[in-house]
Amino acid sequence: MLDLYRLMYLIRSSEISVQKHYNENEMKTPMHMSMGSEAAVVGVCTSLNELDQVLGTYRSHALYLAKTKDINGFFAEMYGKQAGCCNGRAGSMHLMKKEFNHFGSSAIVGTNIPVAAGLALSNKMKNNGRIAASFFGDGALDEGSFWETLNFSCVQKLPILFVCEDNELAVHAHKKERQGYSSIDKIVEQFDCNVYNTKSIDVDTIFELSNFAINSIRTTGHPSFLRLEYFRMLEHVGVKEDFNEGYRDKPNNVNDPVLFYRLKMINNDIKEHTIKEIEEKIDEQVYSGIMFAKCLE
Amino acid sequence: MSRIITYCEALCEATSQCMEEDSSVFIYGIGVPDHKKIFGSTNGLVEKFGKGRCFDTPLSEDSMLGIGLGAAMNGLRPINVHIRVDFLLLAMNQLVNMVSNIRYSSGEQVEVPLVIRAVIGRGWGQGSQHSKILQSIFAHIPGLKVVMPTTPYDAKGLLISAIHDNGPVIILEHRWLYWQHGDVPKEMYEIPIGKGNIIKTGTDLTIIATSWMCVEAFHAAKILKNYNINVEIVDPRSICPLDIDLIIQSVSKTKKCIIIDNDWVYCGFSSEVSSQIYEKCFNSLDCPIVKIGFIHTPCPTSRHLENKFYPNASNIIRAVEKIFNLSSIDLSKEDFYAHENKFMGPF
Repeated sequence: MLDLYRLMYLIRSSEISVQKHYNENEMKTPMHMSMGSEAAVVGVCTSLNELDQVLGTYRSHALYLAKTKDINGFFAEMYGKQAGCCNGRAGSMHLMKKEFNHFGSSAIVGTNIPVAAGLALSNKMKNNGRIAASFFGDGALDEGSFWETLNFSCVQKLPILFVCEDNELAVHAHKKERQGYSSIDKIVEQFDCNVYNTKSIDVDTIFELSNFAINSIRTTGHPSFLRLEYFRMLEHVGVKEDFNEGYRDKPNNVNDPVLFYRLKMINNDIKEHTIKEIEEKIDEQVYSGIMFAKCLE
Repeated sequence: MSRIITYCEALCEATSQCMEEDSSVFIYGIGVPDHKKIFGSTNGLVEKFGKGRCFDTPLSEDSMLGIGLGAAMNGLRPINVHIRVDFLLLAMNQLVNMVSNIRYSSGEQVEVPLVIRAVIGRGWGQGSQHSKILQSIFAHIPGLKVVMPTTPYDAKGLLISAIHDNGPVIILEHRWLYWQHGDVPKEMYEIPIGKGNIIKTGTDLTIIATSWMCVEAFHAAKILKNYNINVEIVDPRSICPLDIDLIIQSVSKTKKCIIIDNDWVYCGFSSEVSSQIYEKCFNSLDCPIVKIGFIHTPCPTSRHLENKFYPNASNIIRAVEKIFNLSSIDLSKEDFYAHENKFMGPF
């Protein structure tokens, strides 16, 4: 439990720091915040092996930190410094760290989905047992590249995990305005693909479901499609809330997976001071990461 | 050991030898293993290397290129084939947003050893969607190399270099060149990408020609010899990187230059080359550079319009007459359409 929380809190603490320092105008990169998707990303990444590969989108702070735990490389990249994970050439939207099997994030919706299938194809050719996991939002379901890649992956029986982080929004457009069908899951089921979904924000549930989806890839030889619903807590791009913009309402209870899990741990007799110790330690690491990045040339 | 084979056979031999040499090389694309074998250029590959390394794909050009990118980043050497360059346009998103960028934007964490083969026009009434060239568009994008082999020797050497290269290389193969014969060594060899070739040495005028236009330039040079004009023909072979030194060397010697590009002129390769020549040896030039290319319209389908659309040796000769102030050469007995008449379709 604590390990899962550590990872989720690392992401949350890092993004809170981004929020705190963004208006200093030193991180000159468009921030698409992961806040709200921590359980989805941590649940899946924890169920993957180290050698399994991941690819993400422009909203991939969570994926980068979950796969690499590289706080210094993350912040140095945000500050556009040479010590960043991509030498300061990537910024927030193109994070990558190949040595940790993170194969990049793309700011063109859907473009990384076929790239993940290319990794899966080559893993299959090499027979190395690795899985490629492609993370994308529900906006990518509107793109041809999703359908093209799903089709090809099913034809070729590729070891690929499609992870749809479904927040119902593409920029500011709700899926009801974009999708001429009622159930994506039912459509994907028509392909030779294993389909799973959950509305849960409990990282334990997601971890288990993801394990199940991955095992299905190994046992059936077919790809798996895992759709995880979550609530995007902040605006599309930027570090603030945007409930006053009129395109969506603030829910009475924000489904915050980090707070949810914190409470769950306490209910499971984990002492609050133990949790606080963990949080303080991570906050320190994040603070030193941001100071490290600021001080670099 | 060298022997005479066709351009098409040279492409096929290069692929086969690279696949034999390195098990990470694979070839795929629409029609690659079928009975037509991309005009014969993939002959025998599926039989020899199996469906795992030579396969057909769904009609999903954009994603299929993305798959090549993923495989290339993961240590393989894919060759993605398009039977028409026009179909590659469907993959421009992957090409320009992903394939060309990723080495740079990742801080050079990954190499992209990916080859894109595309067949270019002209054909036989192929019209506006089956005959494009587009080398200038691809060469405009940083991170892509673009080559246009003219001879069978170039076809084999450049394709091998492209497959061995650790970055993405687009190789544009003219449909009419597929039948050209030439000396090709049986063993593997590379032609460095970015190295031009002097097809014919001369002293009076430099013609810079790409792909099929080298054939037209050669035809023109033969006729012009009878009028005591000794033409030098430079084939850049590679559009990006460009062997500008070779071009400058030739133009500095002859002091006159015609660029006949196998594409539209406006914002195109010929404009780029001409601008670089002006920048580097303006004072050596006796007269302005002449640029010749396709008429600035979409490609027509009917034969008589096609013949107006595409330049040929006669356009070069007319341009030379103006440069040298010659009276009009009688071309009525020349057959400028011999190659075109060879092609009986359907594709």
